Amino acid sequence: MDGEPLQGVRVVVSRDGDRVGTATSGPDGGWRLALPGDGAYEATLDQASLPEGVAVRDAERATLPFTVSSGQQRTLVFSFGDEPAAVSYLRRMAQAAVNGIKFGLIIAMTAIGLSLVYGTTRLVNFAHGDMVTFGAMVALLLNTSGPSLQLIPAGVVAVASGAALGAGMESGLWRPLRRRRTGLIQLLVISIGLAMILRHVILLIMGGRPRPYHDYTVQAPVRLGPVLTTPRDLVVIAVSTVVLVGIGLLLLRTRIGRAMRAVADNRDLAASSGVDVQRVILFVWAMAGALAALGGVLLGVVENVEWLMGFRALLLMFAAVILGGLGTAFGAMAGGIVVGLATEISTIFQPSELKTMWALIAMVVVLLVRPQGILGRRERIG
Amino acid sequence: MKLSRPRPVMLVWAGVLLVVLGVIALSPLDGQRILREAVRTATGGNAAVYALAAIGLNIHFGYTGLLNFGHVGFMLVGAYGLAITVSTLGAPLWAGVLVGLAASLVLALLLGGPTLRLRADYLAIVTIAGAEILRHVTRSGPATDVTGGVFGLTGYARGFDRINPLPGGRYGFWVVDYSARQLWPVLVGWGLVLLASLLVFMLTRSPWGRVLRGIREDEDAVRSIGKNAYSYKMQSLVLGGMLGGIAGMIWVVQLGSIDPDAFLPMVTFFTYTIVILGGPATVVGPVVGAVVFWFVVQGFDTAIREASTSGYVPAFLGGPEAVGALRFLLVGAGLMLLMIYRPEGMFGNRREMQLDVG
Repeated sequence: MDGEPLQGVRVVVSRDGDRVGTATSGPDGGWRLALPGDGAYEATLDQASLPEGVAVRDAERATLPFTVSSGQQRTLVFSFGDEPAAVSYLRRMAQAAVNGIKFGLIIAMTAIGLSLVYGTTRLVNFAHGDMVTFGAMVALLLNTSGPSLQLIPAGVVAVASGAALGAGMESGLWRPLRRRRTGLIQLLVISIGLAMILRHVILLIMGGRPRPYHDYTVQAPVRLGPVLTTPRDLVVIAVSTVVLVGIGLLLLRTRIGRAMRAVADNRDLAASSGVDVQRVILFVWAMAGALAALGGVLLGVVENVEWLMGFRALLLMFAAVILGGLGTAFGAMAGGIVVGLATEISTIFQPSELKTMWALIAMVVVLLVRPQGILGRRERIG
Repeated sequence: MKLSRPRPVMLVWAGVLLVVLGVIALSPLDGQRILREAVRTATGGNAAVYALAAIGLNIHFGYTGLLNFGHVGFMLVGAYGLAITVSTLGAPLWAGVLVGLAASLVLALLLGGPTLRLRADYLAIVTIAGAEILRHVTRSGPATDVTGGVFGLTGYARGFDRINPLPGGRYGFWVVDYSARQLWPVLVGWGLVLLASLLVFMLTRSPWGRVLRGIREDEDAVRSIGKNAYSYKMQSLVLGGMLGGIAGMIWVVQLGSIDPDAFLPMVTFFTYTIVILGGPATVVGPVVGAVVFWFVVQGFDTAIREASTSGYVPAFLGGPEAVGALRFLLVGAGLMLLMIYRPEGMFGNRREMQLDVG
C-alpha cells in the first residue's frame, strides 16, 4: 500500500487444478517459486493472508494465468488497494500513452516500407506482415538456438537478412512480373500466395507456440513520473525514434531518398528526369525488408515471437498507411503513431481483446471523410 | 497478337486427371485410401460450401473486378445471423435464414459504401479488415451472451434436421457413404450450388451482366455511356455477399455447431484459389474449381500422412501442425503459380484476366 511492500502474503500456483507449489512474499514484497516444467499455470493470491485493510484491486485479477517454458522466468504482479479515481485515470492514460507510442513507433517503422513499395510500384504487398515475422524469426533462431548470439548482433543479422529478402523478392519475382506486364490485381493476389508460403514456412521452422528471446525478458520496472516502464521498453522507443528520424533524413536529404520520393510521387516524370526507376525500386524493397525485420525484432522483444505476429500487425499497418495517406512515407509514420495510441488508449475504456478493432474502425472513418488520408493528396485515390 | 485457336479444354484436363490418378496408383503409398479420402472431400458438403462461396466471390472478382478479401466476413454474418436468431432468440429456422441474408446485405452496404468510389485496392484492405473485426467481436467477452464467444453456439440446426425428407438408413455410392442425417445438408448444399450457378448463368448473359464486365474492363467507359458504375458495383457486392452468407449458413448447418475461429482470413484465400483455379468469370469455374481444389488438397494431406507413417518423409512433417502448414504451403504456391502462369484457370479466357487497378 502506498508503495509499501506486503510481507507474508501467500500465493498458490497450480497446473490443471493440481497444486504445484506455494510461495510467501518476503520483506521486499516479492516471491519466487521454481516450477516442475513447461506448461500453463495459474497463480492464485490467498486473499485470507492479506493484512487488515488491504484488498486486491480487481477481484478477477486475484488469479493470474501464465505459461512458462524451461529455463525461463516469469514475473507476475498483483495490484492492491484502490487509487483515487482522478489520479488513477490520469496515471492509466499516461501509461496507455507510453505503451501506445512504443507500439505505434514499431507499426510506423514497418508501415513505411509498405507505403513506399505501394508508392513506387502500386503494389499492395500482403506479404509485408510476414516479412516482419521473418525478421523476428531469424533473430530468434540465432538467439535461442544454433550460435546462441546475443540479441543485438542477432538483430543486426536479422535486419540484414530482411533487406536481402526484400531485394531478393523484387529482383526474383516482382521485377520479372512487371516486365511481363502482369496486371496489378494479379500481382496483389500473387502477394497473398507469397504471404501464405512465407507464413507457413515460418510455422514449419519455428512451430506454433509463441517464443520469447533469451535476452531482456525479465526486467525490474522503473518509474518515470506516473508511468511504470522497463529499461527494455525505453530502449525500444529510443531505437525506433532514432531509426524513424534517420529514415526521415534519408528521404529528405540524400540523393537516393529524394529519388524514392520522386518515383513515389510520379513515376513517369521521375524516369524522364533521369532517375533510374528500377534501381530506386530495388532500394525501396531492400529498405522495406530491413525496416520490417527490425520492427519484427522489436515487436518480438516487447511481446513474443509468433508465426502469426506479422499478419496481425499487417492489418494495423494497413490502418496506419491509409490513415496517413497511401504511398507517402511520412504519412505512414504519423498514421503508425496514431494507430498505436488509438489501440492502447482504447484499452482504458474497452476490453483489450477489442483493441485492434478501434484502429481498423478509425481507418474506415478516415476513408469516409478524407479518403486521401491525413497527409495524402487528392489525386492519389483516383 | 495472334489469337490462339479454341482448345479442347475438357480433354486436356481429363488427361491431367488420368496422369494424377496413374501416379497415385503407381506410388508405393496406399493409393486407394488417398483416392477415397480425396473423392469423399471433393464431393462432400465442405466442397459444396466452398463452391457456393466461390460463386459469390466470382461475381465480385471474376465478373466485376472487385477485390473482396473479406469474403469470409459475409459467411460469418450469414452463419451467425442464422445461429443467433435460432439459438439465442429462439426463433424458427426460416426467420434465421432471413436474418442471415439481411445481415450479409447490410455488411455489403457497410463495406462498399466508403470504398467503392475509391480505387480497387482500398476495397481489398477494408474488406479483409472488416472480416477480422467481425471475428474479433463475435469471439470477444462482452459478446458472449449473444454469440457464445469462443465457445460458439449449438442447437440451431434442429429445425433443419426436422424437415429432412430422406428416409433413414445409409446412402452410399462408389467410395462415399452417408447416413440420412449427413446426406441431407450435403444434398441441400449442392442443390443450392446448382441454383446459384443457374442464377449466375442468366444474370451474366443479361444487359446487367454486360455492364458488370464493362466496369471490370474500363470503368470510365461505362460511366461515359451514362451508367452509374457505383450503383452497379454495389449491386454486385450485395449479390455476391449474399451468396457468401448462404454458404456460411449451409456450412454451420452441416457442422452443427458454430465457432468464430472457423471464419479465418484463410477461408477467403482458399475461395480465391478456387475461383482462379476453375476460371474467373465462368459459370462452371467455381464449381469445378471447388471439386478439384478439395480433391487435390485432401489427396495431398492424406498422401503426406501416409508417407510419414511409412517413413518416406521425415516424421516431423507428418504431425497435425506440419500437415496443416504443408497444406497451406501447397495452396499458397498453387495460387501464386496459377496467377503467374494461368490466371484464366481451367475454363477461363485469358484476355478477360489482364486486370489493372482502375
